[in-house]
Amino acid sequence: MSDLAIRSLSKTFGGVRAVNEVSFDIKRGEFLALIGPNGAGKSTCFNMINGQLPPDSGEILFEGAKLNGKKPRDIWRLGIGRTFQVAATFNSMTVIENVQMALISHANQVYRLWKPASSLHRERALELLAQVGMQDAADRPSRELAYGDVKRVELAIALANDPRLLLMDEPTAGMAPKERNDLIALVKRLVIEKGISVLFTEHSMDVVFAFADRIIVLARGRLIADGDAKSIRDNPQVREVYFGTGKTFQKSGAH
Amino acid sequence: MLSVENFGASYGAAQILYDLSLQVGRGEVVALMGRNGAGKTTTMKAIMGLMAQSTGKIRFDGHDISGKQPYEIARLGLGFTPEDRRIFSDLTVLENLDIGRQPPRKFSDGVPAPVWTEEKLLALFPNLGEMPNRPGGRMSGGEQQMLTVARTLMGNPLLMLLDEPSEGVAPLIVELMANTILELKKAGVSILLSEQNVHFAELVSDRAYVLEKGQIQWNGTMAELAENIDIQRAYLTV
Amino acid sequence: MSFNAFLFQALNGLSAASGLFFVAAGLSLIFGVTRIVNIAHGSLYMIGTYIAYSIATKVGGAVGFWGGIVLTALLVALIGAAIEILLLRRIYKAPELFQLLATFALVLVINDATLWIWGPEDLLGPRAPGLTGSIEVLGRRLPTYDIFLIFVGPFVLWMLHLALAKTRFGRLMRAATQDREMVGALGVNQAMLFTGVFALGALLAGLGGALQIAREPATLATDLIVIGDAFVVVVVGGMGSISGAYLAAVIIAEVKALCIGLGVVNFGGFTVNFSKLTLVAEFLVMAAVLIARPYGLLGREQVAVRSVAEPEEPLRPATAATKIAGLILLVVLVCLPLIAKNSPYTLVLGIDVLIAVLFATSLHFIMGPGGMHSFGHAAYFGLGAYGAALLVKWFAAPMGLALAAAPVLALFGALLFGWFAVRLSGVYLAMLTLAFAQIVWAAVFQWETLTGGSNGVLGVWPSAPFDSRGAFYFLTLALAVLGVFLLRKFLFAPFGYAMRAGRDSPLRAEAIGLDVKRVHWLAFAIAGAVCGIAGGLFAFAKGSISPETIGVSRSIDGLVMVLLGGIQTLTGPIVGASVYAVLQDFMMRSTEYWRALLGGIILLLVLAFPSGIVGGFVKLISRRKTTSKAAS
Repeated sequence: MSDLAIRSLSKTFGGVRAVNEVSFDIKRGEFLALIGPNGAGKSTCFNMINGQLPPDSGEILFEGAKLNGKKPRDIWRLGIGRTFQVAATFNSMTVIENVQMALISHANQVYRLWKPASSLHRERALELLAQVGMQDAADRPSRELAYGDVKRVELAIALANDPRLLLMDEPTAGMAPKERNDLIALVKRLVIEKGISVLFTEHSMDVVFAFADRIIVLARGRLIADGDAKSIRDNPQVREVYFGTGKTFQKSGAH
Repeated sequence: MLSVENFGASYGAAQILYDLSLQVGRGEVVALMGRNGAGKTTTMKAIMGLMAQSTGKIRFDGHDISGKQPYEIARLGLGFTPEDRRIFSDLTVLENLDIGRQPPRKFSDGVPAPVWTEEKLLALFPNLGEMPNRPGGRMSGGEQQMLTVARTLMGNPLLMLLDEPSEGVAPLIVELMANTILELKKAGVSILLSEQNVHFAELVSDRAYVLEKGQIQWNGTMAELAENIDIQRAYLTV
Repeated sequence: MSFNAFLFQALNGLSAASGLFFVAAGLSLIFGVTRIVNIAHGSLYMIGTYIAYSIATKVGGAVGFWGGIVLTALLVALIGAAIEILLLRRIYKAPELFQLLATFALVLVINDATLWIWGPEDLLGPRAPGLTGSIEVLGRRLPTYDIFLIFVGPFVLWMLHLALAKTRFGRLMRAATQDREMVGALGVNQAMLFTGVFALGALLAGLGGALQIAREPATLATDLIVIGDAFVVVVVGGMGSISGAYLAAVIIAEVKALCIGLGVVNFGGFTVNFSKLTLVAEFLVMAAVLIARPYGLLGREQVAVRSVAEPEEPLRPATAATKIAGLILLVVLVCLPLIAKNSPYTLVLGIDVLIAVLFATSLHFIMGPGGMHSFGHAAYFGLGAYGAALLVKWFAAPMGLALAAAPVLALFGALLFGWFAVRLSGVYLAMLTLAFAQIVWAAVFQWETLTGGSNGVLGVWPSAPFDSRGAFYFLTLALAVLGVFLLRKFLFAPFGYAMRAGRDSPLRAEAIGLDVKRVHWLAFAIAGAVCGIAGGLFAFAKGSISPETIGVSRSIDGLVMVLLGGIQTLTGPIVGASVYAVLQDFMMRSTEYWRALLGGIILLLVLAFPSGIVGGFVKLISRRKTTSKAAS
């Protein structure tokens, strides 16, 4: 069955069709990469799904329920987690408090005024941090973390509401290649264990080709290709709009 | 051209760079390699005088620039292209270029440095030539990347600090950046480049320093680094 | 009112708009480039009126008047440059709000300096040589000088536009408005740019002031009135938009002129005196504009400005040392009536300090952890104070009931105003809260039949058993401790964490299911209610309440207290409020020029402790720790 169904999604900015009649599905447990050159409409597409932008037309269905017009926080409550392109945490909190915040929200305890927040869901938060390998940094101020670690903490936060779908906007941007592979491998392992579906955008082709179950390609707001790594790599249209001559990627693409 | 000796920098209570020394010769392209968080961007910013707390000595084209203000350093002919581009989004392409404008300059030995004009730069980056009056905020990431490089060149730099030019842009733009760096080198501009991608660095650089946890771990020619799988595995990719 | 009379008032409005525009344009430019909200901008305008008066009367004639205007503008520009070089340059790295504190200190210093040089009397300047006549417009006499002013505004607007678009200095100003650090890294001397912008802004303010002397006398009250108006204009027009500033100046001046023109109007038996609405009119316009267009008429959403503020430490529970210190302090406070048996004034001061602590702590609650920089916290103080006082006055309510009503009324006010305020952020939120506070103030001031107008409400004395100083002191102490304790408790609870999450990153907070606006709205309401208690206590402590005690200056006092103590620590507002209240009291009793002295001390503190008293102390300790660690 399909977890997320996008039907004829469109969005126009000042006369430019940023996203033009885009349709695709994500099946349960699928690891789907959304790629395309800068300005292709990836972020716009993404932001419509997570509720930050209202679509002009088309439908977004999650497990059959329509997401159009819902606020990001309501979409989260339906069981869709997300991470951001530029990772950041709540900087005035410790690492574990960041995760606890999400757990508190998930348990609908936000408006409680009495019991200290630091005592709530600490065990569960430690478990989530352990899953991403960050339990040792639990009580450090989150703003002191290295960028790669911030990404891990963000992942732990995104998993706090036991999502069934995870939206990841350029999850490896700003990370070293080794860290990239580690992080995506970690995500892949977690989603297989938990049966989560993932939609992610990505510039790092080695990551995409190594891990994605399926790849869809956007260019100038339209979906131009949909298939596995091999068919995308061999697609002449994709090559033209995206890869250039491939000179800088001969070696890194060969993973 | 640029020589950094026993350099250290801190951010708040955390020290980020330790006892760092590196040199960039005239006309050289040198890559500063390392993982994210290794201290590349901090090194660049610290050389440019943008880090409040730093120690050690930096000499540039015969001047001691340690502890100098960013604008004083820029006026000596050190150009800085930040990783996050920092385009003035309200200003048009041409206006952005104008902000970077500085008078033509000479190397300390009297040889004139390459002079850049709007015309030359718009020809070098044809995409920008197509949109001279577009506000920076309405450009794509790749176009902004070109503009930030062009803007720095308007200052006719003797040496450019180029922070992760291949980061976050599509492969097509990455190629363009590589070609641009080679063009600049041909014109006589020295470049200190920070990079994570060995393959990109290999295309453009003469020498490389490998940075990890705020310290230089290795240095040598780019060709040596490309061959040295152990170093790459330890500190970089793979 | 006839149509002709209406048009005539409209012309009057246009001439008033020019003066407003000059100040607002300068304020807007300075804010755009330096990110400093220059509260002293009204003071520069005021200096302009006094200098122009002196030149015009000393030199005399057309040269004295017209030459004086030009010379004044240049002199004020020099003063502006001097302020930038001597003071502001040292604090650009400090948090934005701290810079505000410094410019507020300048207001105090400049006001007293003006008092010292020119004396307390209003000074009426000569009429403009060559433009003393009037011409007949629509059947009425309109002074030719007013017509001249109508044209000066658009002319200056046009000149500024050209300068911003066509000159390199203008382009640099626009670029620096977005990212001043990058402008520096491209070889531009920021310091020169900032000085230039400050001088230009001051020049405009001085020009605006100088042009007014032919219409209105120079007076010492000008500074705060003008800065209030200028804030409104800048916010209505959109921060950083010069055209917006002109448009807003025209709209506000027109609305005011219209109110005066309409006078008393009868709506089917219900009379409304519109001329009394002038005080509120501009704030109503501002509130309306901000609700419909959160970034002003021609403003755009603020690009994320690189914050130079220090990152905040995670909230840790009080250490044993802090707890012991707090306990000792509490014991001292409880014993104060015994210690100070022979100086009854100590208790009066003690009550003042405790009320200030409650006031500042409630403001800090939304400013610090909530990130909402309210410039109008006096509104809730006023609602509390008047709520209690009016119950006593009209219903002879017992003190207990009146004191209980204070937070309730303030809570309702905060719920109403807060609902709008949390939809904005940054400077816009600050200005909207200021507008609401002005509306409360004006309502109290104008609604004489209910509130006693400028006389206020008298005879609000505590009833038994709190009718002795000592007993009332204990009551105040108990409520203040309770208030501070509750707010602190809330901050450590999930709600307080949600507040900080919403402040740290609204986008991320929403993405984990938090309703950030709602959380901040409730925080606003809680702070308002606690502040209302402070207001109620204040009314009973003084035995009276009047509009002047709930004006802009009280809101600013609150800001100063919070910033003085340090916004990033929970003990900051307590220390800040105590220090400020004691200082103010001490100065007021010791010198006529207490404002200047207070301002001077604030400036010294700002320069010495750019992160507040407590913040500075904490930093000192952590530095000690790191050095000792490094040594070992």
